Amino acid sequence: MSILQVTGIKKSYGGIRALTGCTMTFEEGAINGLIGPNGSGKTTLFNVISGYEVADEGQVTLRGQDITNAKPDQVFQAGIGRTFQITRIFARLTVLENLHVASQRRGFMGQLRSWKSAAERQHAMEVLDFVGLTPLADEPAGGLSYGQQKLLEFAFIMIAKPAIILLDEPAGGVNPTLLRGLADRIRALNKEGVTFVIVEHDMEFVMGLCDRVMVMHQGCALTAGAPQEVRSNPAVLEAYLGTDMTGTEGAS
Amino acid sequence: MTAIDVTPVGAAAPEHIPYEPPKAVRRGGTALLLVLLAVFPLVFTNPAVTSIGVFTMIFLVAACGWNIFSGYSGYISIGHAAFYGIGQYTVALLVLHLKVPAGWDTFALLPLAGLVAAVLAVPIGFLLLRVRKHTFIILTVAIMFILQLLAFNLTSWTNGSSGLELPFPTWTGSFFNEPFYYVGLAAAIVACAVSWWVRRSKYGLGLLSIRDDEDRARGLGIHTTRTKLIAYVMSAFFVGIAGGLYAPFVGSVYPQFGFDPNFDLAVAVLVFVGGIGTLSGPVVGTLLLIPLQQYFYLQFGNDNLFLIAYGVLFILILRLLPGGISPSITQLYRRVLVARQLRTTAPPGPPGASGAPGAPGITPATVTGAEGKEDTP
Repeated sequence: MSILQVTGIKKSYGGIRALTGCTMTFEEGAINGLIGPNGSGKTTLFNVISGYEVADEGQVTLRGQDITNAKPDQVFQAGIGRTFQITRIFARLTVLENLHVASQRRGFMGQLRSWKSAAERQHAMEVLDFVGLTPLADEPAGGLSYGQQKLLEFAFIMIAKPAIILLDEPAGGVNPTLLRGLADRIRALNKEGVTFVIVEHDMEFVMGLCDRVMVMHQGCALTAGAPQEVRSNPAVLEAYLGTDMTGTEGAS
Repeated sequence: MTAIDVTPVGAAAPEHIPYEPPKAVRRGGTALLLVLLAVFPLVFTNPAVTSIGVFTMIFLVAACGWNIFSGYSGYISIGHAAFYGIGQYTVALLVLHLKVPAGWDTFALLPLAGLVAAVLAVPIGFLLLRVRKHTFIILTVAIMFILQLLAFNLTSWTNGSSGLELPFPTWTGSFFNEPFYYVGLAAAIVACAVSWWVRRSKYGLGLLSIRDDEDRARGLGIHTTRTKLIAYVMSAFFVGIAGGLYAPFVGSVYPQFGFDPNFDLAVAVLVFVGGIGTLSGPVVGTLLLIPLQQYFYLQFGNDNLFLIAYGVLFILILRLLPGGISPSITQLYRRVLVARQLRTTAPPGPPGASGAPGAPGITPATVTGAEGKEDTP
């Protein structure tokens, strides 16, 4: 069953047509991979879905509900959380405070409550423990390394637990050991029912983790299917490597 | 489910080095400060000195209020004199039209002064908070001058440039300042308490996240416009109260002193010098600079040379302590702790190696200090 659907999304920046009528369906409970060469519109699609960019045309629906051009906070509250290609954390807050921002309580009384209670701290510490950042809980987040910031952003999403998580290049700048842990955590959350959409250039990571892979090329969907099908699809190889290179050994 | 097997950079740190003094020290310091402020007019009875105390309390209320919005959200307002003026005119007009007797009764109008400023802050804030950064700063100034022009021109209400005269209380000269001082102190305590609550509430954390990355905060479900507007209204409330206290104290209201650009700059400088976005910053900045400024004014006010001395002092403080006084003190405190830990954890090695930066367990982050970390009591 589809949980998220984008239909005919178009987005241009001046003369650059980033999305040219992109239509895709993301299955509920799946780990969806979204791949494509640089400039194919993957991040723009994420931006449109998550409300950071306004689509020129097209529709985004979440469980049948139209969320096209909703604001980022409305999209988050509707159940879609995301991370960014270049990490975006709250640099002057501590690591722990960053997590408390992500676990914001809705409603008037929730806003009045202190985030310093023992229960709040314990919940956040459990998540931090999982991503291995516990010793840095009370350090300013701006002092973390890039890889640690990636983990912190992932921890944001873990604590918020939206229905769909959009991960934009989670493997970028993360060491292999960490990456294996990250993949385990994604699988674990997926087993709890969370749907993932992962934009990634690390093909080994994508093919090993995703149930379904969608390929974008020149602003629209090229193909979709099981990782093995996509890997051997000539159109995908051509999109990635160009016509001259198709059929060469390196393409596999 | 297994935890990610990774040893982060700081994992080897033997213990976390706090960014702020222990809770007992902070609480003790706050209590001591409160006692000192409470007994100040009893010790220094000279009206010239207690008058400085009243001005200090007025600015303390305003600085704490201003910091709730500009300090925590990062939106620098250089137009909060709009609410200072609204507070002044609210009290003046109510006193004159309702014939409120001068003295204690006037103080009952203070919450109303804050309330009127807060209510007017809703449409103003709604308009201004649609823009960010430099545009926001310029628009705040513009709004303040628009209100000043209105005060000049709505003569049937404000008496224009002739201003409004308020009756003075019939208190004797030696006792005149004390009621204003204590009412100001009470208002300042409330403003600080609200600031403290904001800093530790979920709501306040949303505000601080806006300061760091507003778009990211939106992506985590924070309704940024509403969050900023609430802070703007809260800060207008306290600045309105400060204005409401100022008007009966000086006994008159004029457009150029009500909606005064110098007030805007003064409040911003106080908070910057003390430590913007911290709880103690506005208190430290105000308690240090307003008495100093008033003293300079009384001593060297005739030729305005005091302004040069005051300016040099600002430059020196901001040059030497760029984060403000309060964060610099906590940073210094932390450096002492870091140095102590380096001494205790340094491995045995060749002479001269002990305590060298990079000793095991100390990450770069633990050495660089507390810049940006907020203090809490």
